[in-house]
Amino acid sequence: MRSGRIFMEKRVTFKGIWLPLLLVLPQIVITAVFFFYPAGQAIYQSLFIPDPFGLSMQWVGLGNFAFLFSNSYYLASFATTAIFSILVTLVSMGVALYLAVLADRLIKGSGVYRTLLIWPYAVAPAVAGVLWLFMFNTRVGVVTWYLGVLGYDWNHVLNGEEAMGLVVVASAWGRISYNFLFFLAGLQAIPKSVIEAAAIDGARFWTRFRTIVFPMLSPTTFFLLVVNIVYAFFETFGVIHTITSGGPQQSTTILVYKVYADGFVGQDLGSSAAQSVVLLAIVGALTIFQFKFIERRVHY
Amino acid sequence: MVKNFLFAGASTLAFAAPAFAQTEIEFWHAFTGRLGELVAEQVETFNGSQSDYTVVATHKGNYSETLNAGIAAFRAGEQPDILMVFEVGTATMMSAKGAVKPVYEVMADAGAEFDQDAYIGSVKGYYTSSDGNMLSLPFNSSTPVLWVNRDALSEAGINPDVDLSTWEQVGDVLGQLKEAGSTCPMTTAWQSWIHLENLSAYHDVPFATQANGFGGVDTELALNGEAQVAHIGAMGEWAQDGKFIYAGRRNEGGANFRAGECALFTESSAGYAGIKAEAEFDFDVRPLPYWKAVADEPQNTIIGGASLWVMEGQTEEEYKGVAAFLNFLSSPEIQAKWHQDTGYLPITQAAADLTREQGFYEANPGTDIAVIQMTANAPTDNSKGLRLGSFDQIRGIIDEELEAVWSGDKSAQEAMDSAKERGDALLRRFEQANR
Repeated sequence: MRSGRIFMEKRVTFKGIWLPLLLVLPQIVITAVFFFYPAGQAIYQSLFIPDPFGLSMQWVGLGNFAFLFSNSYYLASFATTAIFSILVTLVSMGVALYLAVLADRLIKGSGVYRTLLIWPYAVAPAVAGVLWLFMFNTRVGVVTWYLGVLGYDWNHVLNGEEAMGLVVVASAWGRISYNFLFFLAGLQAIPKSVIEAAAIDGARFWTRFRTIVFPMLSPTTFFLLVVNIVYAFFETFGVIHTITSGGPQQSTTILVYKVYADGFVGQDLGSSAAQSVVLLAIVGALTIFQFKFIERRVHY
Repeated sequence: MVKNFLFAGASTLAFAAPAFAQTEIEFWHAFTGRLGELVAEQVETFNGSQSDYTVVATHKGNYSETLNAGIAAFRAGEQPDILMVFEVGTATMMSAKGAVKPVYEVMADAGAEFDQDAYIGSVKGYYTSSDGNMLSLPFNSSTPVLWVNRDALSEAGINPDVDLSTWEQVGDVLGQLKEAGSTCPMTTAWQSWIHLENLSAYHDVPFATQANGFGGVDTELALNGEAQVAHIGAMGEWAQDGKFIYAGRRNEGGANFRAGECALFTESSAGYAGIKAEAEFDFDVRPLPYWKAVADEPQNTIIGGASLWVMEGQTEEEYKGVAAFLNFLSSPEIQAKWHQDTGYLPITQAAADLTREQGFYEANPGTDIAVIQMTANAPTDNSKGLRLGSFDQIRGIIDEELEAVWSGDKSAQEAMDSAKERGDALLRRFEQANR
């Protein structure tokens, strides 16, 4: 009890409610304007079928949601999104970690490597999409041509798995830089003495990595996991749009792409809003899950 | 810095000064590149031809983006006077009563001369109300034709003048091309537009009920009819045999054809400029083939492209300017030049006649194929056009289902049944939104 009291007194405490409220106000205002208001609008709109010009609105209650969930293609989009997000996260984090471990061991010229590895992050997703599309173009793409020489007929225009592979690589590519930066910083923060001690005890590189480096890197890994999943869910839209437009058939139609397609191509704002609400709920649940269950295994 | 600022200020004033005396007409369009330059040229000619109005043309992105920009602007009360909308957005615009002002009304209110009969029936038909009044002004219209790489046919030992008027004949030629080792006997652009929408009109079978949606929003797709399924089934077989190469949902196949890889190519008549500029082989244009087994004679094909819609909520003075500009665009000289420069169809008979008089068709054989194919017969309920809500999305569904046929995942019947079912669900939503 006593130690608890001492601990409490060390904290800065405010009397009353107004000053603390005032101090957090800017953050609350920003969150309200840029998050709560649009999210509230989306929830409100999801209860109507409006016409595109905003001339009339029909109250349908949960009709938009019923329409969505009775559509087998929408339900299939969940699986597509899950596969896509997991693959993007795994590829971008895995490659980044590998590169960071290599760069961390480097003594000379590490600055050059680091700078070069950061470049792809500056490329906008839509542009990255176009770049990859050119390389894998079914007729003139350079990679397609080499694959043809090897006897493989690349055709992501009709082959769903190839299309998925292509959008995953294109989405993960730019993200590797970002993840690399964090992993490298994380690796450099691990005290060298711990690793040296293990080395003296006879632990090989792989053992050191598995038992010391990776666990000590877990706060970074956890942070990147959350951020990358959110990225895969929301920000990969440009890549999908430029490379496949969700095809062939529906093999790369992820949820956020469908929000765009229904809202801005189909002018079906009611359905689009309902899908945003669903997406919001999924990502919220996912983040809560991550913090509740995965964070337990993180060593800070 | 100060000097620059002053200079900038002075130049702004210099440009702004004459605008005070003139009414400004805002015109949002979707054209870039060569087409963008040609639009700019039309606008300049108009601005130079009179002193009351200045048309300001702005590029707003592709067709979908331009439509969205117009919708967003209307919601904010900042809409342009004239908005370019692609043909699949027609039903959306028509239903937006209170957001658009029909062209015939604009013309009548402005007291402008306007003879709706001067416009070519099968072009304006897409944009007229059921009582025959023009709601928007057709701007760029094209229709699908068959492009032939004559050199590729010769190389395969086929007479380049071989008759390709029917799909039966095309099927035989594809077989010969394949046997001769062609890697791409045929490809296509805009598969839904050409191989379903136009196929239906061309064989005088409905694509949708209620006269393809002209009769009301309670329409249902009818694209799973016998004629359509037979055609898609045949195309699917050709795809399996490597006789038809699918390149993508839009006009990706154009690159393959222009590079000389593909022998036959179904694409819009407006592909003319690009093919002429790039093709290093002897090519010609043929009418779109039809199935002899389905129809003795083809009906007419329908158009694709965009029209100009006049937005509600502007001043009377601006509407007068809009009327003057639309009449200027419809004038024979401007239309004939546009038709010849771009390969788009002329919108008036006078412009078509003028082009013929000028000897353009003789100098450029095949350029009149599209005009003839469009105007051969008076349009029926099945060949006037399509007026379906959420049509852009329905085309997306059709693309998906066709891909399933090309890859062999579904039979033509399954795919078309599924396209109907999924498309009808969207049509019901559109009906509900516009009740």
